[in-house]
Amino acid sequence: MSKLHLEDLYSGFRDSNVIKGFSKLIEKEAKKLSKHINIMEVCGGHTHSVMKYGLPQLLPKNINFIHGPGCPVCIMPKERIDHAYVLALQDNVILVTLGDMIKVPGSKGSLQDARSKGADVRFVYSPLDTLKIAEENPEKKIIFFAIGFETTTPMTASLVDIVLQRNIKNIFFHINHVTVPEVMEQLVDSGEVNHDSCDNRIDAFLGPSHVSVITGSKIYERFPQKYNLPVVVAGFEPVDIMEAILMVIKQINESRCELEIEYKRSVNHHGNIKAQALIEKYFEKALQFKWRGLGDVPSSSYMLRQEYAHIDAEKLYRDILPFEEIEDYKLCICGDILRGMAKPHQCSVFGTTCKPSTPLGSCMVSSEGACAAYYKYGNLLNE
Amino acid sequence: MCLSIPSKVVNIDKERNVAVVDTMGVTREAGLELMQENEVQIGDYVLLHIGFIMNKIDEADAVESLKVYNEILQKLDEEERQQVMKDDDKCQNRAP
Amino acid sequence: MNKNVTLAMGNGGQENNELIKKVFYKAFKNDVLEKAEDAAVIQNGDLAFSTDSFTVSPLFFPGGDIGKLAVCGTCNDLAMMGARPKYLTCSVIIEEGFSIPKLEQIVTSMKTELAKNSAMIVSGDTKVVPHGSIDGIFINTTGIGEIIQAGISSNNISEKDTILISRDIGCHGAAIFAAREGIEISSNLTSDCASLTDQVQALIAAGIEITALRDATRGGVSAVLNEWAQQSHICIEVQEGAIPISPEVHGICELLGFEALDLANEGTFLLAVKQEDVSKALNILHSFTNSLNAAAIADVTHTYNERVVLKSAHGTKRFLDFPTGELLPRIC
Repeated sequence: MSKLHLEDLYSGFRDSNVIKGFSKLIEKEAKKLSKHINIMEVCGGHTHSVMKYGLPQLLPKNINFIHGPGCPVCIMPKERIDHAYVLALQDNVILVTLGDMIKVPGSKGSLQDARSKGADVRFVYSPLDTLKIAEENPEKKIIFFAIGFETTTPMTASLVDIVLQRNIKNIFFHINHVTVPEVMEQLVDSGEVNHDSCDNRIDAFLGPSHVSVITGSKIYERFPQKYNLPVVVAGFEPVDIMEAILMVIKQINESRCELEIEYKRSVNHHGNIKAQALIEKYFEKALQFKWRGLGDVPSSSYMLRQEYAHIDAEKLYRDILPFEEIEDYKLCICGDILRGMAKPHQCSVFGTTCKPSTPLGSCMVSSEGACAAYYKYGNLLNE
Repeated sequence: MCLSIPSKVVNIDKERNVAVVDTMGVTREAGLELMQENEVQIGDYVLLHIGFIMNKIDEADAVESLKVYNEILQKLDEEERQQVMKDDDKCQNRAP
Repeated sequence: MNKNVTLAMGNGGQENNELIKKVFYKAFKNDVLEKAEDAAVIQNGDLAFSTDSFTVSPLFFPGGDIGKLAVCGTCNDLAMMGARPKYLTCSVIIEEGFSIPKLEQIVTSMKTELAKNSAMIVSGDTKVVPHGSIDGIFINTTGIGEIIQAGISSNNISEKDTILISRDIGCHGAAIFAAREGIEISSNLTSDCASLTDQVQALIAAGIEITALRDATRGGVSAVLNEWAQQSHICIEVQEGAIPISPEVHGICELLGFEALDLANEGTFLLAVKQEDVSKALNILHSFTNSLNAAAIADVTHTYNERVVLKSAHGTKRFLDFPTGELLPRIC
């Protein structure tokens, strides 16, 4: 076996000649298609990669990407962002969360706005950084506002585990972890996206790279089996995505409908068992979770199990957390974009009133959001 | 949020349950809470996500993929050469 | 624009430019200011005049400290107008309780860097503010230089020019970020903080008629290319593969999700020279340790005026915009 260098794991899957090579193979294979096909990439990381590397410019006209709701910040409803806002402004509370959450606007403002009003909000690279903050501030209540898909859920579970094992008294959790297969099913079931109009019928899925590392590819079995939709689990490098697209087209041309793994070097059928066990130990599925633009998706989110209510900020602060439903900004079509019904440049406020420095909707704020990706990378697409 | 990135394990601290990983000359610590005991060894390639090691990259599969890509390129190159020769043969402007 | 100043307005990118235009240029309207060059050209084109304030955190970082930065920053702005720095002022605002040995270390760095530029501090001011008012020390330097080659301007770049970069990008921003407390990373990342006067003077002495020069500071290479595109009303088409980036900077960009083109630099500059002078200019740059990997990176066209296009090695293209949002906290 030839020696693998770390550099190969980057450059090998970004090689421009290989990307161009796949482009040629896809062109050849796509000629045999009897109709225009729409591939939904669920994961925000895929959207980002697709746009950053300009992949739509390399594909024939009969292959179209539909960008799915795989951005955990984008699908966060305003009501829950308001929870974070309200918690942050409580006396003696330090609100801790990851990256992009800082800038997402709720109905009262973003966490960045709360910070400029005097709230103590910290953004961390890892949930484990919360431990240091708690240690340095023993008299404060540290609330970890947890976000992310199945990729990130076990890391929060790990923090819960440490907090309980070490009996740390001043760390609490507000859980907003969501899961992928249920929302994929909703999109397929809703009929809206699956009607005969060429424009937004989903013909196949590109399965998320790193959700699948944790869960294993087994979570997508229902799509080829029940819905007759091929799924190819793809890595997020441009070569991975191109290879996965070729695999999808070949399936369609050969009248196969299967679950395949392109990202073999990191994804297998069963996933990370230990991570899954940690999730299972501390979390259970909540009945409902309102996804921004999509409405309620049953069993698509996690909450802390009842026996951990004593560290559940959503329960402990129930009295002050707002629960009324909030309408989105009138002209914001994030909902349609998240369902793959529209593309960002079709939004009337895209790039004008709504841009990264002044986002109206979540799709523009998060670096994985379709609107942010289009704004930064998508302006030279051949529409 | 940062994507998950391939890194190489350069050190393991069993007591604190952390590994030190290298990403192209930048090193940092990563938690081993999601990996089985002794599953991760120095020299392994792993995926890093928000401060934790998420899995081990299967080197054999990675090498296999890269090999396949190379073969695709070679095949395409060969086909192009054949096409150029074919076009050349049909060329009207050549002297007999 | 917001009703209150935000951190993003200090980023050297879009929000920064908006603040400057809508508040400062609006009040201080004059022809010299509105040229928006790195330094003002005054006294009938004989002198260059520039000012800069330094608030970097941490104060000491791999490759330099706030003192070295304070001298390089202003001297480089003068150098970018083809001037030799001569006289600088130095104003400091120091937090009560600041360590005097540390202050001496900073001042020594300034002395060393002044010598490299053959310049001197001729006036200054010292203020001390109560503990907690500022973070350690802030320095302002203002400089005057003698213009050796006139006419260098960001407003006159044309299709006859090729754009070069003096070295690999993003080192300062990456090094500062890695050195920040709270991000537990170790690496060999070193700031590129350096004086550029010698390199510029060598180019001038070799008879190269430089069209434009600009050092890439906050806002990175993206900001400079966009400023040039706007000021000269041109399209700049960049070959992405030609931009030099070190593996360490690449690594930290991967780790933390940054774009190297948006990261700050403090000793890296872009030049626009006539196509026929490209080889000569690169040879001269390659003879300096600070520009061993200088390279030609972009052409000038009119395909999309006032925009910058990034062309990938795999045949796709996209616009490269000004960086937006908060970049790094106090990088220069």
